[in-house]
Amino acid sequence: MNEELQDLVLVDPTSELHREFRDRLQRPQSLEGLTVGIMDIRKDPGEIFLDRLDELFTERGVKVKRYAKPHFSWEAPTELKQTIAAECDIVVEGLAD
Amino acid sequence: MNEIVNGLVAVVKRDCPTCELVQPILRELTDKGGPLSVYTQDDPAFPEGVPGVIDDRGLAFSYRQKIEIVPTLIRFEQGREVERVIGWNRGEWQAITGVKGLGDKLPENRPGCGAINIEPGMAEELAARFGDTGIVSRRVHVPAHVDPMEAMFDRGWTDGLPVTPPTEARVLRMLKGTRRRPDEVIAIVPPDRAACTVEKAAVNAVMAGCKPEYFPVVLAAIETACGPKFGMHGVLCTTSFATPMIVVSGPISRAIGMNSGRNVLGQANRANASIGRALQLIIRNVGGGRPGPGGIDRCTIGHQGKYTMCFAEDELGSPWESLAVERGFRPDQNVVHIFTGNGVQGLHDHRSRTPEGLVATYAQCLRVVHHPKITYSTALLLIAPEHTVHFREAGWSKQRLKAAILERLQIPVRELMPGYNDDDEGLRRITPEQRARLDDPTLTIPKFLPDGLNIVAAGGEAGMMAAVIAGLSLDIGMDWAEIKP
Repeated sequence: MNEELQDLVLVDPTSELHREFRDRLQRPQSLEGLTVGIMDIRKDPGEIFLDRLDELFTERGVKVKRYAKPHFSWEAPTELKQTIAAECDIVVEGLAD
Repeated sequence: MNEIVNGLVAVVKRDCPTCELVQPILRELTDKGGPLSVYTQDDPAFPEGVPGVIDDRGLAFSYRQKIEIVPTLIRFEQGREVERVIGWNRGEWQAITGVKGLGDKLPENRPGCGAINIEPGMAEELAARFGDTGIVSRRVHVPAHVDPMEAMFDRGWTDGLPVTPPTEARVLRMLKGTRRRPDEVIAIVPPDRAACTVEKAAVNAVMAGCKPEYFPVVLAAIETACGPKFGMHGVLCTTSFATPMIVVSGPISRAIGMNSGRNVLGQANRANASIGRALQLIIRNVGGGRPGPGGIDRCTIGHQGKYTMCFAEDELGSPWESLAVERGFRPDQNVVHIFTGNGVQGLHDHRSRTPEGLVATYAQCLRVVHHPKITYSTALLLIAPEHTVHFREAGWSKQRLKAAILERLQIPVRELMPGYNDDDEGLRRITPEQRARLDDPTLTIPKFLPDGLNIVAAGGEAGMMAAVIAGLSLDIGMDWAEIKP
């Protein structure tokens, strides 16, 4: 057998995915005429903060739509994400605790 | 290697009495000048007196010709094998060589010996050596002068402890632990939502230190932990202590030597340790779920169970049905349960000798899970034999025990209010009706819903102890499935 030093061949345990970096969308200069989605992830007491944001947006004449995930531990369902994307120009997602 | 077109080929090794026996025959055939090539598996100086012996210590020829026994004698015609004999049989050797009277002085028949290329573990080594593994994952070459253990740390593949290098041969051996195809996708692993195949699971199971016989349990654990009910993403990214905890029921736990007895949640049992670790490595390596900078594991404190948290129920020593039977499986079915484990709270009661006394102890200790004022909790109560014996003697079922504990853990709302007992934790809001009845001790909230409290028997024969393992919540953190072979 070949007694020279040989490379050890290992099998990659990772998903072999490559990171993809994407630029953020441009922030709007003004909220005028835009619809703001507010998504509550349903973690207590996030709604206190989100309700206040809703008031502040509404006072300024910004159209607000409210959404909620079924549970904070679960990913948002695809339908919900598609609805928000279709109905809103920007979205605020609130964490809690 | 030259292609053999016409003639005879013998494969032998010195470490085989039958090959020693046929040495003169091989010399005789060579002397007769017929086309004969002799391959030796272990010693190029063997057989003695035969010129031009071909060194097959690398086993390339033996592997490709699927040699199983030495000596093997093969006749080729126009590049194709037309006849093969194994061991020594005078009539067969005379027929294949066409030499009358060959070996007349030898015994009529002697069985051969196993070829080196089929020794245990060799099949996978040779498949790797000759590129027949079928493994599709990327290969990583670690140069000979680099310590592979360090190379694996540097690539971020480990949980902080050394891992077994996942060579192709080891991965192949792991894959033999299941009947499932290597390309089957068994889970979409958070947080990267990456597909985990049986092959990727095998790579990580090797690294975790699993034996192939543990692999079906590992696969079921991955499928269940990453399945739709458990909520692995939440368990991974929570600030809380949680980690997936694996409990195994059914005969497989005994067949593979899992620990359900002394030191059941402790170190040193290979199956318990490596099965739990394999699941963690899958989440780290396939899913990309890691603590530390940039990682999504945001655990505030954590616990050592995040390396591995896996044990077996003591079904044979338990006075009760197993978790699996509670959930509708038969006792002969192998089942993996995944809970969230927040760490272990050891519980002593050296004096109670009645179910009622032990229930009181368990309820008091379970009350403090997370915080005495946090309700709708989940927990696994693990009870050791010197406690379960009292339920057995009194004829208490597991359901009766559970009901008695839950009854004691209906917590008056008054005791759950911020400020009660001087701390500010407690209910964030109550209804006006609840507020009006705050002094009513029958106005209660359960510490656990029935599904939130699970009970298993396990642990060593001596010690009047139990353990509480708190879980995350009822919404996530509990699922189970049958283990497939």
